[in-house]
Amino acid sequence: MATNPMHQFEVYRIGPEIKINQIDISFTNASLFMIISALSILFIFNLGSSKKNIIPNKIQLLAELSYSFISKMISDTAGSKGKPYFNLIFSLFMFVLFCNMFGMLPYSFTVTSHIIVTFFLASLIFIGVTIIGFIKHGLGYLKLFVPSGVPLVLLPLIVVIEVISYLSRPISLSVRLFANMMAGHTMMKVFGGFVISLGVVGGWLPLSFSVALTGLEILVAFLQAYVFAILTCIYLNDALNLHH
Amino acid sequence: MLRKIIFFNLIFSTFISQISKSAESGGMPQLNPEFWISQIFWLVLSFGILFLVLSKFILPKIRNNIELRKSQILENIEAAEKQKIEAENKLKNYEELITKSKNEAKNYFNEARKKIIEDIDKKKQSLEKEINIEISGAEDEVRELVKKAPEKIQKIAIETSSDIVRQLIGEEVNNSSMSAIVDDLSKKNRGKYYGN
Repeated sequence: MATNPMHQFEVYRIGPEIKINQIDISFTNASLFMIISALSILFIFNLGSSKKNIIPNKIQLLAELSYSFISKMISDTAGSKGKPYFNLIFSLFMFVLFCNMFGMLPYSFTVTSHIIVTFFLASLIFIGVTIIGFIKHGLGYLKLFVPSGVPLVLLPLIVVIEVISYLSRPISLSVRLFANMMAGHTMMKVFGGFVISLGVVGGWLPLSFSVALTGLEILVAFLQAYVFAILTCIYLNDALNLHH
Repeated sequence: MLRKIIFFNLIFSTFISQISKSAESGGMPQLNPEFWISQIFWLVLSFGILFLVLSKFILPKIRNNIELRKSQILENIEAAEKQKIEAENKLKNYEELITKSKNEAKNYFNEARKKIIEDIDKKKQSLEKEINIEISGAEDEVRELVKKAPEKIQKIAIETSSDIVRQLIGEEVNNSSMSAIVDDLSKKNRGKYYGN
Protein backbone atom coordinates (compact mmCIF):
# COMPACT_ATOMS: atom_id res chain seq x y z
CA MET A 1 0.00 0.00 0.00
CA ALA A 2 2.88 2.34 0.81
CA THR A 3 4.22 2.08 -2.73
CA ASN A 4 0.89 2.91 -4.32
CA PRO A 5 1.51 6.29 -6.00
CA MET A 6 -2.13 7.30 -5.54
CA HIS A 7 -2.10 6.61 -1.82
CA GLN A 8 -0.74 10.10 -1.09
CA PHE A 9 -3.95 11.66 -2.41
CA GLU A 10 -6.23 9.79 -0.02
CA VAL A 11 -8.28 11.92 2.33
CA TYR A 12 -8.86 10.60 5.83
CA ARG A 13 -10.56 11.85 8.92
CA ILE A 14 -8.52 13.43 11.70
CA GLY A 15 -10.41 13.31 14.96
CA PRO A 16 -14.13 12.65 15.31
CA GLU A 17 -16.78 12.57 12.63
CA ILE A 18 -18.59 15.93 12.41
CA LYS A 19 -22.04 15.91 10.82
CA ILE A 20 -24.45 18.76 10.30
CA ASN A 21 -27.84 17.67 8.89
CA GLN A 22 -26.42 14.36 7.73
CA ILE A 23 -23.66 16.19 5.81
CA ASP A 24 -20.16 15.04 6.68
CA ILE A 25 -17.84 17.99 7.30
CA SER A 26 -15.26 16.12 9.33
CA PHE A 27 -11.82 17.60 9.85
CA THR A 28 -9.49 15.77 7.45
CA ASN A 29 -5.86 15.91 6.42
CA ALA A 30 -6.97 18.15 3.52
CA SER A 31 -8.59 20.55 6.00
CA LEU A 32 -5.43 20.45 8.10
CA PHE A 33 -3.23 21.54 5.20
CA MET A 34 -5.70 24.22 4.11
CA ILE A 35 -5.60 25.67 7.63
CA ILE A 36 -1.81 25.33 7.81
CA SER A 37 -1.42 27.14 4.46
CA ALA A 38 -3.80 29.93 5.42
CA LEU A 39 -2.22 30.40 8.84
CA SER A 40 1.34 30.42 7.50
CA ILE A 41 0.37 33.03 4.90
CA LEU A 42 -1.18 35.16 7.64
CA PHE A 43 1.83 34.62 9.90
CA ILE A 44 4.42 35.53 7.25
CA PHE A 45 2.57 38.56 5.94
CA ASN A 46 1.71 39.77 9.41
CA LEU A 47 5.42 39.67 10.27
CA GLY A 48 6.19 41.40 6.98
CA SER A 49 3.77 44.24 7.54
CA SER A 50 4.12 44.94 11.26
CA LYS A 51 7.29 47.02 11.04
CA LYS A 52 7.47 50.27 9.14
CA ASN A 53 11.13 50.38 8.24
CA ILE A 54 12.19 52.63 5.42
CA ILE A 55 14.85 50.07 4.57
CA PRO A 56 12.88 46.82 4.85
CA ASN A 57 14.17 43.73 6.60
CA LYS A 58 14.05 40.39 4.80
CA ILE A 59 10.51 39.32 5.69
CA GLN A 60 9.17 42.82 5.04
CA LEU A 61 10.91 42.81 1.68
CA LEU A 62 9.31 39.45 0.89
CA ALA A 63 5.85 40.76 1.74
CA GLU A 64 6.31 43.99 -0.21
CA LEU A 65 7.85 42.27 -3.22
CA SER A 66 4.94 39.84 -3.43
CA TYR A 67 2.54 42.75 -3.03
CA SER A 68 4.11 44.65 -5.93
CA PHE A 69 4.42 41.43 -7.95
CA ILE A 70 0.67 40.77 -7.79
CA SER A 71 -0.14 44.45 -8.16
CA LYS A 72 1.95 44.63 -11.34
CA MET A 73 0.39 41.44 -12.65
CA ILE A 74 -3.11 42.89 -12.21
CA SER A 75 -2.29 46.26 -13.75
CA ASP A 76 -0.57 44.56 -16.69
CA THR A 77 -3.48 42.25 -17.51
CA ALA A 78 -6.64 43.97 -16.23
CA GLY A 79 -5.52 47.61 -16.16
CA SER A 80 -6.38 50.15 -13.50
CA LYS A 81 -9.96 48.87 -13.28
CA GLY A 82 -8.67 45.63 -11.76
CA LYS A 83 -7.39 47.35 -8.63
CA PRO A 84 -10.48 46.73 -6.43
CA TYR A 85 -10.02 42.97 -6.92
CA PHE A 86 -6.40 43.05 -5.75
CA ASN A 87 -7.16 41.59 -2.31
CA LEU A 88 -9.01 38.62 -3.76
CA ILE A 89 -6.38 37.81 -6.37
CA PHE A 90 -3.58 38.24 -3.85
CA SER A 91 -5.29 35.82 -1.42
CA LEU A 92 -6.02 33.40 -4.24
CA PHE A 93 -2.45 33.39 -5.53
CA MET A 94 -0.95 33.03 -2.07
CA PHE A 95 -3.37 30.29 -1.06
CA VAL A 96 -2.74 28.22 -4.18
CA LEU A 97 1.02 28.85 -3.97
CA PHE A 98 1.26 27.83 -0.32
CA CYS A 99 -0.94 24.76 -0.81
CA ASN A 100 1.27 23.71 -3.75
CA MET A 101 4.45 24.36 -1.79
CA PHE A 102 3.28 22.54 1.34
CA GLY A 103 2.48 19.62 -0.94
CA MET A 104 6.17 19.44 -1.79
CA LEU A 105 7.06 18.43 1.77
CA PRO A 106 7.44 14.66 2.16
CA TYR A 107 4.46 12.92 3.84
CA SER A 108 2.36 16.05 3.44
CA PHE A 109 -0.93 16.42 1.59
CA THR A 110 -1.41 18.52 -1.53
CA VAL A 111 -4.73 20.31 -1.24
CA THR A 112 -4.65 21.51 -4.83
CA SER A 113 -4.24 17.98 -6.19
CA HIS A 114 -7.95 17.44 -5.55
CA ILE A 115 -10.26 18.32 -8.40
CA ILE A 116 -13.05 19.33 -6.06
CA VAL A 117 -10.93 22.02 -4.43
CA THR A 118 -9.60 23.50 -7.65
CA PHE A 119 -12.99 23.22 -9.33
CA PHE A 120 -14.66 25.01 -6.43
CA LEU A 121 -12.13 27.85 -6.60
CA ALA A 122 -12.37 28.04 -10.39
CA SER A 123 -16.16 28.07 -10.42
CA LEU A 124 -16.14 30.73 -7.72
CA ILE A 125 -13.97 32.84 -10.01
CA PHE A 126 -16.09 32.01 -13.04
CA ILE A 127 -19.37 32.90 -11.35
CA GLY A 128 -17.88 36.03 -9.81
CA VAL A 129 -16.41 37.23 -13.09
CA THR A 130 -19.68 36.58 -14.93
CA ILE A 131 -21.64 38.54 -12.32
CA ILE A 132 -19.14 41.42 -12.49
CA GLY A 133 -19.43 41.41 -16.28
CA PHE A 134 -23.22 41.61 -16.22
CA ILE A 135 -23.17 44.32 -13.53
CA LYS A 136 -20.67 46.47 -15.47
CA HIS A 137 -22.12 46.02 -18.96
CA GLY A 138 -25.64 44.66 -18.49
CA LEU A 139 -26.77 42.49 -21.37
CA GLY A 140 -24.00 44.09 -23.42
CA TYR A 141 -21.70 41.60 -21.77
CA LEU A 142 -23.10 39.02 -24.20
CA LYS A 143 -21.19 40.87 -26.95
CA LEU A 144 -18.17 38.99 -25.58
CA PHE A 145 -19.39 36.04 -27.62
CA VAL A 146 -19.57 38.06 -30.83
CA PRO A 147 -16.07 39.04 -31.92
CA SER A 148 -15.90 42.05 -34.22
CA GLY A 149 -14.78 41.73 -37.82
CA VAL A 150 -16.09 38.21 -38.35
CA PRO A 151 -17.94 37.51 -41.64
CA LEU A 152 -21.68 36.93 -41.16
CA VAL A 153 -21.53 33.43 -42.56
CA LEU A 154 -19.12 32.31 -39.88
CA LEU A 155 -20.83 34.16 -37.07
CA PRO A 156 -23.13 31.37 -35.77
CA LEU A 157 -20.21 28.96 -35.64
CA ILE A 158 -17.95 31.51 -33.92
CA VAL A 159 -20.61 32.35 -31.35
CA VAL A 160 -21.08 28.69 -30.49
CA ILE A 161 -17.32 28.21 -30.15
CA GLU A 162 -17.02 31.34 -27.99
CA VAL A 163 -19.84 30.21 -25.69
CA ILE A 164 -18.29 26.76 -25.30
CA SER A 165 -14.86 28.23 -24.59
CA TYR A 166 -16.37 30.61 -22.05
CA LEU A 167 -18.27 27.84 -20.29
CA SER A 168 -15.23 25.58 -20.25
CA ARG A 169 -13.16 28.20 -18.46
CA PRO A 170 -13.76 26.86 -14.94
CA ILE A 171 -13.05 23.31 -16.12
CA SER A 172 -9.81 24.23 -17.87
CA LEU A 173 -8.72 26.42 -14.97
CA SER A 174 -9.37 23.74 -12.36
CA VAL A 175 -8.17 20.73 -14.36
CA ARG A 176 -4.93 22.50 -15.29
CA LEU A 177 -3.98 23.03 -11.65
CA PHE A 178 -5.29 19.68 -10.39
CA ALA A 179 -3.72 17.62 -13.19
CA ASN A 180 -0.36 19.33 -12.90
CA MET A 181 -0.17 18.78 -9.17
CA MET A 182 -1.43 15.20 -9.31
CA ALA A 183 0.79 14.17 -12.22
CA GLY A 184 3.90 15.67 -10.64
CA HIS A 185 3.35 14.04 -7.28
CA THR A 186 2.48 10.70 -8.86
CA MET A 187 5.66 10.80 -10.94
CA MET A 188 7.74 11.54 -7.88
CA LYS A 189 6.10 8.74 -5.96
CA VAL A 190 6.64 6.30 -8.84
CA PHE A 191 10.32 7.16 -9.12
CA GLY A 192 10.60 6.98 -5.35
CA GLY A 193 9.11 3.49 -5.56
CA PHE A 194 11.72 2.56 -8.20
CA VAL A 195 14.50 3.58 -5.85
CA ILE A 196 13.20 1.10 -3.26
CA SER A 197 12.45 -1.75 -5.65
CA LEU A 198 15.74 -1.50 -7.61
CA GLY A 199 17.80 -1.23 -4.44
CA VAL A 200 21.43 -0.12 -4.05
CA VAL A 201 22.47 -1.47 -7.46
CA GLY A 202 19.95 0.16 -9.79
CA GLY A 203 18.32 2.71 -7.57
CA TRP A 204 20.66 5.57 -8.33
CA LEU A 205 19.16 6.44 -11.69
CA PRO A 206 15.58 6.86 -10.42
CA LEU A 207 16.95 8.63 -7.34
CA SER A 208 18.68 11.25 -9.48
CA PHE A 209 15.48 11.50 -11.52
CA SER A 210 13.54 12.00 -8.33
CA VAL A 211 15.90 14.81 -7.24
CA ALA A 212 15.56 16.52 -10.61
CA LEU A 213 11.77 16.09 -10.48
CA THR A 214 11.65 17.73 -7.06
CA GLY A 215 13.24 20.86 -8.52
CA LEU A 216 10.88 20.74 -11.48
CA GLU A 217 7.88 20.28 -9.20
CA ILE A 218 8.79 23.29 -7.10
CA LEU A 219 8.93 25.29 -10.32
CA VAL A 220 5.58 23.82 -11.40
CA ALA A 221 4.08 24.62 -7.99
CA PHE A 222 4.98 28.27 -8.40
CA LEU A 223 4.11 28.37 -12.06
CA GLN A 224 0.66 26.85 -11.62
CA ALA A 225 -0.19 29.30 -8.85
CA TYR A 226 0.96 32.10 -11.14
CA VAL A 227 -1.03 30.73 -14.09
CA PHE A 228 -4.11 30.34 -11.89
CA ALA A 229 -3.84 33.96 -10.75
CA ILE A 230 -3.01 35.42 -14.14
CA LEU A 231 -5.89 33.57 -15.82
CA THR A 232 -8.18 34.97 -13.15
CA CYS A 233 -6.84 38.42 -14.06
CA ILE A 234 -7.45 37.78 -17.76
CA TYR A 235 -11.03 36.64 -17.15
CA LEU A 236 -11.52 39.69 -14.97
CA ASN A 237 -10.11 41.85 -17.75
CA ASP A 238 -12.73 40.42 -20.14
CA ALA A 239 -15.46 41.34 -17.69
CA LEU A 240 -14.10 44.83 -16.90
CA ASN A 241 -12.91 46.03 -20.29
CA LEU A 242 -15.23 44.71 -22.98
CA HIS A 243 -13.35 45.12 -26.26
CA HIS A 244 -16.04 45.24 -28.90
CA MET B 1 23.43 -5.38 -24.21
CA LEU B 2 21.66 -8.24 -22.47
CA ARG B 3 22.17 -6.57 -19.09
CA LYS B 4 20.72 -3.37 -20.45
CA ILE B 5 17.62 -5.18 -21.67
CA ILE B 6 17.23 -6.89 -18.30
CA PHE B 7 17.68 -3.55 -16.51
CA PHE B 8 15.02 -1.79 -18.55
CA ASN B 9 12.73 -4.79 -18.27
CA LEU B 10 13.05 -4.54 -14.53
CA ILE B 11 12.18 -0.84 -14.54
CA PHE B 12 9.29 -1.40 -16.90
CA SER B 13 7.87 -4.29 -14.90
CA THR B 14 8.02 -2.33 -11.61
CA PHE B 15 6.29 0.57 -13.34
CA ILE B 16 3.54 -1.71 -14.62
CA SER B 17 3.14 -3.38 -11.25
CA GLN B 18 2.80 -0.02 -9.51
CA ILE B 19 0.15 1.15 -11.93
CA SER B 20 -1.78 -2.12 -11.58
CA LYS B 21 -1.56 -1.83 -7.79
CA SER B 22 -3.07 1.64 -7.93
CA ALA B 23 -5.79 0.41 -10.24
CA GLU B 24 -6.63 -2.40 -7.85
CA SER B 25 -7.10 -0.04 -4.94
CA GLY B 26 -9.80 1.94 -6.71
CA GLY B 27 -7.94 4.47 -8.88
CA MET B 28 -7.96 8.14 -8.03
CA PRO B 29 -8.99 9.07 -4.51
CA GLN B 30 -9.87 12.49 -5.96
CA LEU B 31 -12.96 11.01 -7.57
CA ASN B 32 -14.25 9.54 -4.33
CA PRO B 33 -17.03 11.94 -3.28
CA GLU B 34 -16.95 10.89 0.37
CA PHE B 35 -15.12 14.01 1.59
CA TRP B 36 -16.10 16.49 -1.14
CA ILE B 37 -18.48 18.44 1.04
CA SER B 38 -15.99 18.47 3.89
CA GLN B 39 -13.24 19.75 1.61
CA ILE B 40 -15.46 22.51 0.24
CA PHE B 41 -16.52 23.45 3.76
CA TRP B 42 -12.97 23.71 5.07
CA LEU B 43 -11.82 25.42 1.89
CA VAL B 44 -14.49 28.11 2.28
CA LEU B 45 -13.63 28.46 5.96
CA SER B 46 -9.86 28.70 5.61
CA PHE B 47 -9.86 30.74 2.41
CA GLY B 48 -12.57 33.02 3.78
CA ILE B 49 -10.61 33.71 6.95
CA LEU B 50 -7.42 34.19 4.91
CA PHE B 51 -9.15 36.61 2.53
CA LEU B 52 -10.84 38.60 5.30
CA VAL B 53 -7.75 38.97 7.48
CA LEU B 54 -5.50 39.77 4.52
CA SER B 55 -7.82 42.39 3.06
CA LYS B 56 -8.86 43.96 6.37
CA PHE B 57 -5.61 44.03 8.31
CA ILE B 58 -2.49 43.00 6.46
CA LEU B 59 -2.67 44.26 2.89
CA PRO B 60 -3.60 47.86 3.84
CA LYS B 61 -0.58 47.91 6.15
CA ILE B 62 1.72 46.73 3.38
CA ARG B 63 0.18 49.29 1.00
CA ASN B 64 0.74 52.04 3.57
CA ASN B 65 4.31 50.97 4.11
CA ILE B 66 5.05 51.02 0.39
CA GLU B 67 3.38 54.39 -0.11
CA LEU B 68 5.12 55.82 2.94
CA ARG B 69 8.45 54.72 1.58
CA LYS B 70 7.64 56.13 -1.86
CA SER B 71 6.63 59.50 -0.48
CA GLN B 72 9.61 59.61 1.84
CA ILE B 73 11.96 58.78 -1.01
CA LEU B 74 10.36 61.49 -3.15
CA GLU B 75 10.73 63.99 -0.31
CA ASN B 76 14.32 63.01 0.16
CA ILE B 77 14.99 63.38 -3.54
CA GLU B 78 13.42 66.83 -3.51
CA ALA B 79 15.48 67.83 -0.50
CA ALA B 80 18.58 66.47 -2.16
CA GLU B 81 17.89 68.45 -5.30
CA LYS B 82 17.36 71.62 -3.28
CA GLN B 83 20.61 71.06 -1.50
CA LYS B 84 22.33 70.38 -4.78
CA ILE B 85 21.15 73.73 -6.15
CA GLU B 86 22.24 75.42 -2.95
CA ALA B 87 25.61 73.77 -3.14
CA GLU B 88 26.01 74.89 -6.74
CA ASN B 89 25.17 78.46 -5.78
CA LYS B 90 27.65 78.31 -2.95
CA LEU B 91 30.28 76.96 -5.29
CA LYS B 92 29.60 79.87 -7.65
CA ASN B 93 29.86 82.35 -4.80
CA TYR B 94 33.04 80.73 -3.68
CA GLU B 95 34.54 80.92 -7.14
CA GLU B 96 33.55 84.56 -7.46
CA LEU B 97 35.10 85.27 -4.09
CA ILE B 98 38.26 83.51 -5.11
CA THR B 99 38.61 85.45 -8.36
CA LYS B 100 37.85 88.68 -6.53
CA SER B 101 40.43 88.03 -3.88
CA LYS B 102 42.93 86.97 -6.53
CA ASN B 103 42.45 90.29 -8.29
CA GLU B 104 42.73 92.16 -5.01
CA ALA B 105 45.89 90.33 -4.17
CA LYS B 106 47.30 91.23 -7.59
CA ASN B 107 46.42 94.87 -7.03
CA TYR B 108 48.00 94.86 -3.59
CA PHE B 109 51.08 93.25 -4.99
CA ASN B 110 51.34 95.77 -7.82
CA GLU B 111 50.85 98.70 -5.45
CA ALA B 112 53.43 97.38 -3.08
CA ARG B 113 55.87 96.92 -5.92
CA LYS B 114 55.30 100.44 -7.15
CA LYS B 115 55.77 101.83 -3.67
CA ILE B 116 58.92 99.86 -3.14
CA ILE B 117 60.32 100.94 -6.49
CA GLU B 118 59.52 104.57 -5.69
CA ASP B 119 61.11 104.28 -2.27
CA ILE B 120 64.16 102.71 -3.75
CA ASP B 121 64.39 105.50 -6.33
CA LYS B 122 64.02 108.20 -3.66
CA LYS B 123 66.64 106.65 -1.45
CA LYS B 124 68.93 106.20 -4.41
CA GLN B 125 68.54 109.83 -5.33
CA SER B 126 69.15 111.09 -1.79
CA LEU B 127 72.08 108.76 -1.43
CA GLU B 128 73.51 109.98 -4.72
CA LYS B 129 73.10 113.58 -3.53
CA GLU B 130 74.91 112.81 -0.29
CA ILE B 131 77.60 110.96 -2.14
CA ASN B 132 77.98 113.83 -4.53
CA ILE B 133 78.27 116.31 -1.61
CA GLU B 134 80.81 114.15 0.08
CA ILE B 135 82.72 113.68 -3.14
CA SER B 136 82.80 117.41 -3.74
CA GLY B 137 83.91 118.00 -0.09
CA ALA B 138 86.64 115.47 -0.49
CA GLU B 139 87.70 117.02 -3.77
CA ASP B 140 87.85 120.42 -2.07
CA GLU B 141 90.00 118.99 0.69
CA VAL B 142 92.24 117.38 -1.83
CA ARG B 143 92.51 120.65 -3.72
CA GLU B 144 93.36 122.54 -0.55
CA LEU B 145 95.87 119.93 0.38
CA VAL B 146 97.35 120.20 -3.08
CA LYS B 147 97.50 123.98 -2.65
CA LYS B 148 99.16 123.74 0.75
CA ALA B 149 101.50 120.98 -0.25
CA PRO B 150 104.29 123.16 -1.89
CA GLU B 151 104.69 125.37 1.18
CA LYS B 152 105.00 122.38 3.46
CA ILE B 153 107.35 120.71 1.06
CA GLN B 154 109.36 123.93 0.93
CA LYS B 155 109.54 124.06 4.73
CA ILE B 156 110.58 120.43 4.89
CA ALA B 157 113.02 120.97 2.09
CA ILE B 158 114.54 123.95 3.90
CA GLU B 159 114.82 122.02 7.14
CA THR B 160 116.27 118.93 5.53
CA SER B 161 118.65 120.89 3.40
CA SER B 162 119.80 122.90 6.43
CA ASP B 163 120.25 119.68 8.32
CA ILE B 164 122.20 118.16 5.48
CA VAL B 165 124.32 121.27 5.15
CA ARG B 166 125.04 121.36 8.86
CA GLN B 167 126.06 117.77 8.86
CA LEU B 168 128.12 118.22 5.80
CA ILE B 169 129.82 121.43 6.87
CA GLY B 170 129.27 121.35 10.58
CA GLU B 171 128.13 124.98 10.68
CA GLU B 172 124.84 126.78 11.06
CA VAL B 173 123.55 128.17 7.85
CA ASN B 174 121.36 131.23 7.62
CA ASN B 175 117.80 130.17 7.22
CA SER B 176 116.80 133.01 5.00
CA SER B 177 119.47 132.32 2.41
CA MET B 178 118.55 128.68 2.45
CA SER B 179 114.86 129.38 1.90
CA ALA B 180 115.74 131.69 -0.95
CA ILE B 181 117.65 128.94 -2.71
CA VAL B 182 114.80 126.38 -2.09
CA ASP B 183 112.25 128.89 -3.35
CA ASP B 184 114.20 129.46 -6.41
CA LEU B 185 114.54 125.71 -7.09
CA SER B 186 110.94 124.92 -6.41
CA LYS B 187 109.76 127.71 -8.68
CA LYS B 188 111.96 126.33 -11.41
CA ASN B 189 110.66 122.78 -10.99
CA ARG B 190 107.06 123.43 -10.09
CA GLY B 191 105.69 122.38 -13.44
CA LYS B 192 107.67 119.19 -13.25
CA TYR B 193 106.05 117.91 -9.95
CA TYR B 194 102.48 119.21 -9.94
CA GLY B 195 101.56 119.45 -13.53
CA ASN B 196 99.53 122.72 -13.28
